[in-house]
Amino acid sequence: MKPITLPFTEETIRSLQVGDPVALTGVMITGRDAVHKWMSDTFIKKTRQPQGDDLEVYEAIKKLLVGSAIYHCGPVVAGLDTKQYKFVAAGPTTSTREEPYQGDVMKHFNIRGVIGKGGMGAKTSAACKDVPGVYLHAIGGAASLIAKTVTKVLGVYKLDFGVPEAMWVIEVKDFPAVVTMDAHGNSLHADIENKSKAALEKLLAA
Amino acid sequence: MQDLTEALIELIRFTSTNLPNDVEKMLREAREKEDKGSAAQGAIETILQNVELSRKNSTPICQDTGTPIFLVHYPEGWSARKLKEQIRSAVAEATKKSYLRPNAVDAIYDKNSGNNLGDDNFPSIHFEEVEGDELTVELMLKGGGCENVGAQYSLPNNQLGAGRDLKGVRKVALDAVQKAQGQGCAPGILGISVGGDRGSGYFVSKEALFRPMEDDNANPDLDKLEKQLTEEANQLGIGPMGFGGKTTVLATKIKGMDRARRRSEIRIEK
Repeated sequence: MKPITLPFTEETIRSLQVGDPVALTGVMITGRDAVHKWMSDTFIKKTRQPQGDDLEVYEAIKKLLVGSAIYHCGPVVAGLDTKQYKFVAAGPTTSTREEPYQGDVMKHFNIRGVIGKGGMGAKTSAACKDVPGVYLHAIGGAASLIAKTVTKVLGVYKLDFGVPEAMWVIEVKDFPAVVTMDAHGNSLHADIENKSKAALEKLLAA
Repeated sequence: MQDLTEALIELIRFTSTNLPNDVEKMLREAREKEDKGSAAQGAIETILQNVELSRKNSTPICQDTGTPIFLVHYPEGWSARKLKEQIRSAVAEATKKSYLRPNAVDAIYDKNSGNNLGDDNFPSIHFEEVEGDELTVELMLKGGGCENVGAQYSLPNNQLGAGRDLKGVRKVALDAVQKAQGQGCAPGILGISVGGDRGSGYFVSKEALFRPMEDDNANPDLDKLEKQLTEEANQLGIGPMGFGGKTTVLATKIKGMDRARRRSEIRIEK
C-alpha cells in the first residue's frame, strides 16, 4: 500500500495508476446526494439562492476541500445527543448517483480525490484528467474496518440534511482504497464493463 | 400478550452486526478461488475481516442498514397491531444504540425522521398468521446499493431475444447482473421471482433471499437454472466490487409464481 498524506500534491496524483492500493492519512469530508445537489444548485449552476448558513459553510468547506478528498459515505455515527461524535460504521456508498455533479464539483472546489464504490462515468473521468484527480475505490461491506481508520470527527456541516447526508469533517489514518480511475484517462470500471458486455453477448448468443 | 421489544432489539443487533454463517462460508471459499494477491481476493479478504470485527464490537457490517424488512409469522391469538408497535419501538431504540443508521427520509420534503420511523411502510413489516404456537420473526436489512441494481423485466423482451420461458428468464437475469457491475457491492445473491404482478413479484424476489445458501430448489428445472445462472454470471468477470474476478454471484434463488395469462414479470433482486 502506498501511504499518502492529504491534501494530495499534483505530483502524487499524476503518479497514481489504476490498480494502485493506497492508505490515506489526513482530513477529508463526506458528501453524497444532498451535498452534491446543494453544491451544484447553489454555487455552480446558481439556480438556487444561498440561504441560512450556506455561505458560511461554503467558505469553510472550500478551504478543506482544496486538493483533498470527498468521500461518498453516509456513516453510522454515535454520540449524536452529546455531540461527542464517533464513526461506528463508515463504508462507501454507490458513487454513480453523483455522476451528474461530480466533475463540476471537482473543478469548482479543486478536489483531487473522490472516494466511493462502484466507479463513475465519463464526465468524472474527464474531470480527473483536467483537475487532475483520481477516483479511489473503498471496499463496500467494510464499514466497521473503515470506521476504525477514522481517528477523529472534527466537525459536521449541514446536519439538517440528516446523518447520512451531512458533511462530516473527519481525520483518517491509513484509510484503505484502490485507485480505479486515474488522471491519465484510465478507468478499471470502463474496462470491466466492456469486457463483461462482450462476455454477456457470447452467453446470450449460445 | 408478551412484550417482545427487547428480543426484537437483539434480533436487529444480531442481523446488523453479523453475516449468516452460510454466506460467510461461501465468501471464504470464494477467497480461495480468486487469484492470489489480486484486487478481487483483497476485497473478499477485507469483507471477511470486517465481519469478524463487526461481530466482535457489535457494530454494523455495512453503514447502510437499509429499509428494515420484517417478516412476522404469528400464531392465532397474537395482535398484529401490538406486534407492529413493538417492532417500531425496537427499531427506534436500535437506532439510538447505533445498530441502525437513521434511514427514513420523507421522499417529498427530504426530511430524515432521525429514528428510522417513517410512514406505515418504514420499517416494512409483513404479517402472516400461521398454524401451531410458534412465533417467528425474520429480518432483512437490505441497503440501497443492492436495492438500486434490482431489475424487473417483462417477457418477451425483444431487445435481448428473451422469450416467455426459462431460457428467457436466464437471458434477462444475466443482463441484470451485467448492468449491475460492481454497484451493488458484488458478490451478491440473486433472488428471482417469475410471474405474479409487479408488486407481488418484488416481494417474492426478496423472500427468495431467505433460503439457505446451499439448499437445492425443490423444482428440478429451477434447481438446474439456479446453478447454471450462478456459474454463468461468474463468467462475466465482474468480480468482487467490480474489480474483475471470478466471484460476482454467490448463489441464485428462484421462485415461480402464478401469473395472469398475458403477463410475465421477472423480478431480479440482488
